[in-house]
Amino acid sequence: MRNPIGPLEFTRRGWVRLWLLAVFVFLYAPIVILIAFSFNQSRRNIVWTGFTTDWYGRALNNASLIEAFTNSIMIAVISTILSVILGGLLALGLYRFRFPGKPVLDGVSALPIVIPEICMGVSLLVFYARIGWPTGLPWPLNLSQVIIGHVVFSFPFVAVVVRARMEGFDRSLEEASKDLGASEWQTFWNVTLPYMKTGLIAGALLAMTLSLDDFVITFFTSGPETITFPVKIYSMVRQSVTPEVNAASTILILFTVLLTVIALKFQKPSEGVG
Amino acid sequence: MSNGVPIVRFENIEKSFGSFKAVDGVTLDVPNNSFFALLGPSGCGKTTLLRMLAGFEYPTSGRILIDGEDMAGIPPNKRPVNMVFQSYAVFPHMTVRENVGYGLKVSGVPKSEIEPRVEEAIQMVRLDGFADRKPDKLSGGQRQRVALARALVKKPKLLLLDEPLSALDKKLREDMQLELVRLQQEVGISFVIVTHDQDEALSMADLIAVMNRGKVLQVAPPWDLYEEPNCRFVADFIGEMNLFEGRMLSADGGQARLDLKGIGLVDVPWDYPPTSDVALAVRPEKMRLYREEPELGWVRLPGKVAQVAYFGDNSQVFVETSQAGRVVVLRHNQSRSRDEPYRTGADCWVAFEPTDGIVLSD
Repeated sequence: MRNPIGPLEFTRRGWVRLWLLAVFVFLYAPIVILIAFSFNQSRRNIVWTGFTTDWYGRALNNASLIEAFTNSIMIAVISTILSVILGGLLALGLYRFRFPGKPVLDGVSALPIVIPEICMGVSLLVFYARIGWPTGLPWPLNLSQVIIGHVVFSFPFVAVVVRARMEGFDRSLEEASKDLGASEWQTFWNVTLPYMKTGLIAGALLAMTLSLDDFVITFFTSGPETITFPVKIYSMVRQSVTPEVNAASTILILFTVLLTVIALKFQKPSEGVG
Repeated sequence: MSNGVPIVRFENIEKSFGSFKAVDGVTLDVPNNSFFALLGPSGCGKTTLLRMLAGFEYPTSGRILIDGEDMAGIPPNKRPVNMVFQSYAVFPHMTVRENVGYGLKVSGVPKSEIEPRVEEAIQMVRLDGFADRKPDKLSGGQRQRVALARALVKKPKLLLLDEPLSALDKKLREDMQLELVRLQQEVGISFVIVTHDQDEALSMADLIAVMNRGKVLQVAPPWDLYEEPNCRFVADFIGEMNLFEGRMLSADGGQARLDLKGIGLVDVPWDYPPTSDVALAVRPEKMRLYREEPELGWVRLPGKVAQVAYFGDNSQVFVETSQAGRVVVLRHNQSRSRDEPYRTGADCWVAFEPTDGIVLSD
């Protein structure tokens, strides 16, 4: 005998299951198709003609694609590190201190989240031109403009996430630490930072994802010789959508999924912190 | 530890937050090796006083001496005191052992010394077997013990406890009260506990300071506080109290004659100069309840039972007297056969001996 469906057991109802299925199809069908067609023999992405992994070989041997990929990773890693430091400090400062102009800073720091990317891109472009930012530097210094651009729009996200985390922080933990003889720095390192860790990791993930797939700001701030992965794919698509693009995109998807899995694994031991 | 010198001395302490005076001129000594309670309603300044001892707040004016040493400008991490927080503030990402060892580690105590001291502290609070657990795998009472061990392992001159039992259920709270008294005797340092719970203060402390609106009203051992309160607030705050307002007509030779509203003339012992407005305070358990008018030379008041609160071992009987308003009488339920319960609305008499009352002028 099956138990009757309880009032809150929505997932046991047929129509809810159907709806859920529709949502998942809507969300993931394009990605599934993209991945499937990366194994298609045909040059064109319309008809399935047979299975092959040739396109992966082509993509991996495409020197300019690999260069763009390396650039993207480099930019993502450095901008994430900077964003986490800046965003974490901003969140901590806004959480901890009361100072004149705090509401203003609070509001202004969230601006890059709401300003349209196109405006940010243009303003950064104008800004770099105006101050005469050096171009033609050796790798990876030639990526500095893009990195700074990415930090500008991703550190507020880190700050927002970390602040949300700090809302649940019991301030008496810091007091207890000092009461037990710890200095300000020891208290931060041993008590506050471990609590912030979950927020910092979540913020870092967000910053990295934002950086990896950013197109608009990168497009405006990168010089002609610095191509990132999304920009490269865009230029490839403009010529023709070959399964090579699919293959490259699949690699990027795998890469981000892998990152997420690692981050989740890393978070596991601190479960009890919440 | 220097004998004679109190472990804590507050000298005319004031603390203002903006225009609000949280502590208003407190002068107070905490003797060595005592269990000292700061008791008062919420917002009376007791927690502020404790936080000033710990160093989380600095007094607006006045001096705090700990073991004879002026604490002005000394931050919390340099003070010879440790605190048990109301929320326990046990570090969630550390095991019990790491929590207890934390204070020693950050103070630079050598590793070889930390281990035995941590083990000893864990045993002292009876947490052996839990040393490697994280706090989220502990009950509230166990977390409290971690907080205690963590503070005591540093061998402070003084242990501060901020409402330590308020989050525990009744049974556990009673166990912890006994445990805290045992610990205090075992380690031989002074404990200063902040509480709003009078039962807690009465059952644990050697000495209780009752506070209200930033001022200390009375400092006394539990018995004195209960039987000899020095003002209406203390009398009313500690336990239940019936207050009969009136005037003092005359006083000499250790006796005073009072004229109480609705009762009339009453003679009570009085060793002080005469005053005018007074109240006679009588504890509910010192009042008797009768069905018929008793043949006694006591104060007798006829009335009707208004309400009965039954607690099992005793009952609080609220009597609406025709002369002196509502009074509360505590009745011990001593016999199953003879103690027929009083029903609401029943006629009765309340009587008390005037010498059981306390004359309050403040």
